[in-house]
Amino acid sequence: MATAAATPKVNHIGLPILDYRGGKSTLCAGCGHNAISERIIDAFFEMGVEPERVMKMSGIGCSSKSPAYFMGRSFSFNSVHGRMPAISTGAIMANHTMTTIGVSGDGDTASIGMGQFVHLLRRNLPMIYIIENNGVYGLTKGQFSATADLGSRLKTGVVNDLPPIDTCALAIQLGATFVGRSFSGDKKQLLSMLKAAIAHKGTVLLDVISPCVTFNDHEGSTKSYKFMQENDEPINEIGFVASFDEIEVDYDSGQIYEVEMHDGSNLRLRKLLEDYDPTDKANAVRTLMEAQDNDEILTGVFYINTEKPTFIDQLNLVDEPLGTLPESLTRPPKPALEALMAALK
Amino acid sequence: MATADLALSQSEGALSTHQRVINDFSINVATVNGSGSQSANSVLLKSIFGMGVPVSGKNLFPSNIAGQPTWYIIRASSEGYVARKHDSEILIALNPETAQADVLALPAGGVVIHEENLKLDQARGDLFFYPVPFDKITAAICPEAKLRKLVKNMVYVGVAAQLLAIDLSVVESCLLRQFAKKQKVFDLNFGAVKAGFDYAQENLTKRDPFFIERMNATTGKIIIDGNAACGMGAVFAGVTVVAWYPITPSTSVVEATTDLLKKLRVTPEGNATFAVIQAEDELAAIGMVLGAGWAGARSMTATSGPGISLMAEFSGLGYFAEIPGVIFDVQRSGPSTGMPTRTQQSDLLSVAFLSHGDTKHIILLPGSMKDCYELSMAAFDLAERMQTPVFVLSDLDLGMNNWMSEPFDYPDKPLDRGKVLTVEDLERLGGFARYRDVDGDAIGWRTLPGTRHPKAAYFTRGSGHNDAAIYTENPVEYQALMERLALKFEKARKLVPAPVVVRDVGSKIGFLAFGSTDCALTESLDQIRKRYGVEADYMRIRAWPFTQAIHDFVAAHERIYVVEQNRDAQLASLLKLDLPADQVVKLRSILHYNGMPVDAESITKEFIHQEGL
Repeated sequence: MATAAATPKVNHIGLPILDYRGGKSTLCAGCGHNAISERIIDAFFEMGVEPERVMKMSGIGCSSKSPAYFMGRSFSFNSVHGRMPAISTGAIMANHTMTTIGVSGDGDTASIGMGQFVHLLRRNLPMIYIIENNGVYGLTKGQFSATADLGSRLKTGVVNDLPPIDTCALAIQLGATFVGRSFSGDKKQLLSMLKAAIAHKGTVLLDVISPCVTFNDHEGSTKSYKFMQENDEPINEIGFVASFDEIEVDYDSGQIYEVEMHDGSNLRLRKLLEDYDPTDKANAVRTLMEAQDNDEILTGVFYINTEKPTFIDQLNLVDEPLGTLPESLTRPPKPALEALMAALK
Repeated sequence: MATADLALSQSEGALSTHQRVINDFSINVATVNGSGSQSANSVLLKSIFGMGVPVSGKNLFPSNIAGQPTWYIIRASSEGYVARKHDSEILIALNPETAQADVLALPAGGVVIHEENLKLDQARGDLFFYPVPFDKITAAICPEAKLRKLVKNMVYVGVAAQLLAIDLSVVESCLLRQFAKKQKVFDLNFGAVKAGFDYAQENLTKRDPFFIERMNATTGKIIIDGNAACGMGAVFAGVTVVAWYPITPSTSVVEATTDLLKKLRVTPEGNATFAVIQAEDELAAIGMVLGAGWAGARSMTATSGPGISLMAEFSGLGYFAEIPGVIFDVQRSGPSTGMPTRTQQSDLLSVAFLSHGDTKHIILLPGSMKDCYELSMAAFDLAERMQTPVFVLSDLDLGMNNWMSEPFDYPDKPLDRGKVLTVEDLERLGGFARYRDVDGDAIGWRTLPGTRHPKAAYFTRGSGHNDAAIYTENPVEYQALMERLALKFEKARKLVPAPVVVRDVGSKIGFLAFGSTDCALTESLDQIRKRYGVEADYMRIRAWPFTQAIHDFVAAHERIYVVEQNRDAQLASLLKLDLPADQVVKLRSILHYNGMPVDAESITKEFIHQEGL
């Protein structure tokens, strides 16, 4: 007797994970970016976000190519180097009902794109901003980026003698409302973080260490698989319960920091660092600065604020997307022009 | 008639008051910037307008906040000429620093209204001097010392009104409009006007020949500046996203737009149907415009030369990825920082090909207030129809000065939102290829983010792509895309605003010009006819790519004078690229690029020189 074909697993809006996949990656085999793409697919699938309601944005670089490799049914814009924030800001103004995820790199963000990046943070523009951070420029064959650690060494023997920019510390200071760091090889942590990011309203900055297997995954590199596996120090264990999931109680509440997200989901951070309060901005920055002094790579959710108004709230926009408002709402009526003319006579 | 010229030629040596000069002269108000003379100048301008006399106002101001010399030139012209006049006959000298030089610049027979203690009347014997104790008059009517600097300006309005025979009631009604609902401010200002008027009446004897007499040439007309007109066009084109970075002289485009949006585009519930974002720089401003255009919004930015330079990379992306957006460039004198508060038409070539690679952009060229409004609206339709950035090139003279205009008409056509596929379309078609020319118009169909159909999405990129928007480095696919883009640009020739045939008398000589050059050129053509008996035709260009009518115009004339306000003959250069080789030799250039708005005399002089007349 023939067995019935197994029904593919579907998410709570009835879509199989296949509907969240993208094109075949052209990045190097083993590139951390590919693992991140996989987690993005998992997160959007598990959260049941309709792919057509997602905008995928990027700048230029290896990282910025990756939106082609996940969620092929989502709308994508691969723009120019360092300018993802501006393109995203415009797109979100035109349609703020979309979920927007941007993928950038350390060069795209912390060097050429720094000017736009900091202003995006200031505005608390509602989007998920991922930095696929490998400390090098891959597409131009391995120059240091501004996030490369002091003293790290290229294959060619060149040593980086400038201090790194900590994009997480910067993001916390400048106004992002969900800031975390993860590692492309840490499936569980990254997936939970991404799911919470999807539930958040405001700028989410996720700095994901993503080793470059071709130019920066060697002995002495602080952005290598080996270094991360040995030196990654999580400050919290992340649990995420989506609004449509049943809430299970399995933590000792004394050790848990619980945050209710905008959509009713629950982010649970089990403290690994004593007294770490992710809503304390000053403490978050201090923790990151201290870690840098001690050559530690901290991961986890450093800062979260669910109260601060987003840029959309501040602009007091109508609920509908501006881009598709009907002419009756965007072109003022004839008497309005006549009144203007009368005032100029 | 040119009574002014007559009176002035007679007054060489001895002053003559026999010939009255009526409604044909310029007033130069010389002040320091930051002294608050703007509203007084505006009241004087509108009072002449209120007397029914055609008028224009040009602000020649420094790139400075306070303390530097500023001149405001009001021209009254019974024949309706609104270009800058080469000389001003009347000087209101309130800036001690420039007073001496300003007096020396006057033509013989000119008039000087000045602060009594400046003792200017020693300077020349061929002018009419009217000393006025402005400070004393002001102190008497304005007890509050810190307001005196402002109020003093209204005193000269009163003195000028009395000397030129402008009805005090007309000045009063202008002031009423200016300070509507602010009775105290009105009282103080009108008090100052009246004090100046009374002083002149009691203490000055009219000796000069200049008068304003009532006419009926401004009925129904409006006074507006080009930046406000552009902003109005944008709002009535239904703009929804405005991203910008402040830069002179374009800032007031966005200020005007924002004011109107706040007034006209808030729902009864109090929500905005628009977003205005002050960006961190011009790179971000145009990035936001393109992001918004991609996601379906009518989006715009306004900038000037330096901003245009910064927008170069993104402009190429907009062209190559085919994204609508409207960019206003209010041109100023370049290169580099140049003279930020002086006018020029020198961004034409850089905008035409803005960005690297084979890039070219549609440019609209308004030449009047109505054009500013209508071409601004047309730009949004064209950008969405052609799926490309569209540039509107205005300039400081058009943008920031006061111009008379016929009132604007309400648009008679609905918005053209271009080729956008809906969910229903996609269900019917079963899918689409973003950059495929299915209609033979070289324009593909696009979808907007959020269109709920599994086949709706496509991947927008600035890298090489085939007609299905898939990455490619395939030579055949790449070249096909470049050829379609070139074809699309060709098709735009038929969609852009047609040129205006200003004069067609069948002459062998033709003139081509664009933008703010128009007002001086039309006046110059009258001068050429009256003084030399030479008739010439004139076509005003309003867009690039050039329409067939422009080619026909060149073909129909023996020689073509291209008049423009830049050093390098940029319009002529664009024409040379576009015209057949045998037509190119017909082109001659008349250029003006010293930062001042071009005047008729300068064009006439150069034409006569080149014609050997």
